[in-house]
Amino acid sequence: MTGLQRVGSIVWIGLRAILRHKMRSTLTVLGIVFGVGCVIVMVAIGAGAAKSIESSIAAMGSNFIMIFPGAVTQSGARIHTGQSTLTEEDAEAIKAECPSVAYVSPSSRIAAQVVAGEQNWGTQIQGAGVEWPFIRAWNVSEGSFFTEGDVKGAAKVAVLGKTVADALFPQGGAVGQTVRIKNVPFRVVGVLEAKGGSQVGQDQDDTIVAPYTTVLKRLEGRNRLGAILVAAADPALVPQAMSEMESLLRQRRRLQPGQDNDFMMRSQEEIAAFANQSAGTISMLLGWAALISLIVGGIGVMNIMLVSVTERTREIGVRMAVGAKGRDVLSQFLIEAIVLSLVGGALGIGGGILVSRMIAENAGWPVVVTPGSIAMAFGTAALIGIVFGFYPAWKASKLDPIEALRYE
Amino acid sequence: MPLVDMQKIVKIYASGENEVRALDGIDLAIEAGEFLAVMGPSGSGKSTLMNILGCLDRPTEGTYRLDGVDVSRMSANQRAEIRNSRLGFVYQNFNLLSRTTALENVELPLIYGQAPMSVRERRARAREIIHRVGLDGREKHTPAQLSGGQQQRVAIARALITDPPVILADEPTGNLDTRTSQDVMGIFERLNDEGKTVIIITHEHDIAEHARRAVTFRDGKIVQDGPVERRRRTQEAHP
Repeated sequence: MTGLQRVGSIVWIGLRAILRHKMRSTLTVLGIVFGVGCVIVMVAIGAGAAKSIESSIAAMGSNFIMIFPGAVTQSGARIHTGQSTLTEEDAEAIKAECPSVAYVSPSSRIAAQVVAGEQNWGTQIQGAGVEWPFIRAWNVSEGSFFTEGDVKGAAKVAVLGKTVADALFPQGGAVGQTVRIKNVPFRVVGVLEAKGGSQVGQDQDDTIVAPYTTVLKRLEGRNRLGAILVAAADPALVPQAMSEMESLLRQRRRLQPGQDNDFMMRSQEEIAAFANQSAGTISMLLGWAALISLIVGGIGVMNIMLVSVTERTREIGVRMAVGAKGRDVLSQFLIEAIVLSLVGGALGIGGGILVSRMIAENAGWPVVVTPGSIAMAFGTAALIGIVFGFYPAWKASKLDPIEALRYE
Repeated sequence: MPLVDMQKIVKIYASGENEVRALDGIDLAIEAGEFLAVMGPSGSGKSTLMNILGCLDRPTEGTYRLDGVDVSRMSANQRAEIRNSRLGFVYQNFNLLSRTTALENVELPLIYGQAPMSVRERRARAREIIHRVGLDGREKHTPAQLSGGQQQRVAIARALITDPPVILADEPTGNLDTRTSQDVMGIFERLNDEGKTVIIITHEHDIAEHARRAVTFRDGKIVQDGPVERRRRTQEAHP
């Protein structure tokens, strides 16, 4: 018998054994299906998150800078007072005194339930200044943005994100209507254009923008800012703008050299780096979780193969008695394990892609199935077949034919 | 030169601190074309002899030449090749693969054989042998669908497929009724008439009577070796 025919026969024997034990084979394959499917879905979610973070940060604009309140240092001890260190006056000073800064918007965010007639919707209320549309490069598609006068007078006016407008006014015509935010009536003056790109599982259009003065006074009841949003005059001027703002804010706070800042500044680039890092961490965690489920699947394969070897001890004895060598028996069982793993791998890839699509459509999460993750999952499945199939197969090949024939 | 030539064969099994001499200096020569019955009570060493004769096991001491080749010191793989090409096995419990058709059971040794053979050739050869043992039409039956006698015929067909010079049968009629036993023994007689060397282990005298020569074992030694008074009563039933 030629080598090829011999291999062919042994592959066929393995396939027959699998088909003969359909229930058992199905259960074994199922373990691998879930493992591989998990890898595909998890990696797809991770990659999708990374991609959407990337695009939403890119959408901030490369001249974007964000100032956050920081910890207050008193007598060398870092304490958190619970009150923000950023004020309206800080924002005004930056606008007036930093030549590299083009636009400034005080900012404050609060989550709230919004009611309009019969409809209601939970969303984020964003307090902003009039320059906010220039900083975020985000315009109104209907009506207009609120005015300087609205901000000064803490007017109860709001600009709705597209998602909120659609949810509260399904028939359209949001501009001019009234919405109640925390029981405070707001007049809708505009609707933002759809931004489309969504953050990690979050819709950017699901927001309401109102004058920061109104948000602070009427909704939050405070006078400190959550953050200050800044746009440098040019992307190249970002570092200069940051140093101008830092020395201005330090001066305003009379901080001595050696004393820490009680605020933090992040450029778009830094935010992107940080976000990418956390997206990478998420991807890796998901990947590990999926890998563990693959290993569990592999142990399932080993378990079933061990049972199979024990159950078929007599068959192995018969084969050996009529001339099967150790390596023939080894390859027979190894092929069985590999075929089970590969079938599981293929089904898992199919299922994984399907589930990824379903998640993308139903949950609105961004998912990206990469050819790399498919190749990795399939390779891992094959490897699991070899690794976890080897021991049972080796055990089978080492059986003594006399003992095996006598086995009941 | 005898086909089977065993000299001073000793087989010792170590069981705990005791050692059991299952075979204690066996000299046995079997010529080509003989029909030999190996007799003896259980524990006499006849199964151990069968395992060594069948190259499933190696003797502790002594030499065993099969067709002039010393097989007593061969590796496991070499013995597998000898089992495949030179020996055919028939067992008391048939040892067929369950859920596998008669045809595929018969083909089995060819899968592990050395000579190149296509699937088609294997099929054709298996059909021919199945015809020879009188199982035409049962090729697609699995062992569960066959009677004991039919299963033993499948096993005999499997033993014959590589056309080995020696057929070894270990209590081949032990699980069969008297009538079927006689049929099966008829097949062995016919094979012997066609030139095969047949060696049968049995403890039943009327089975041994089909052989031409009987060797009796007791406590690992041959205590009796001589011709059988032949009755050959099944010959008319199976022309």
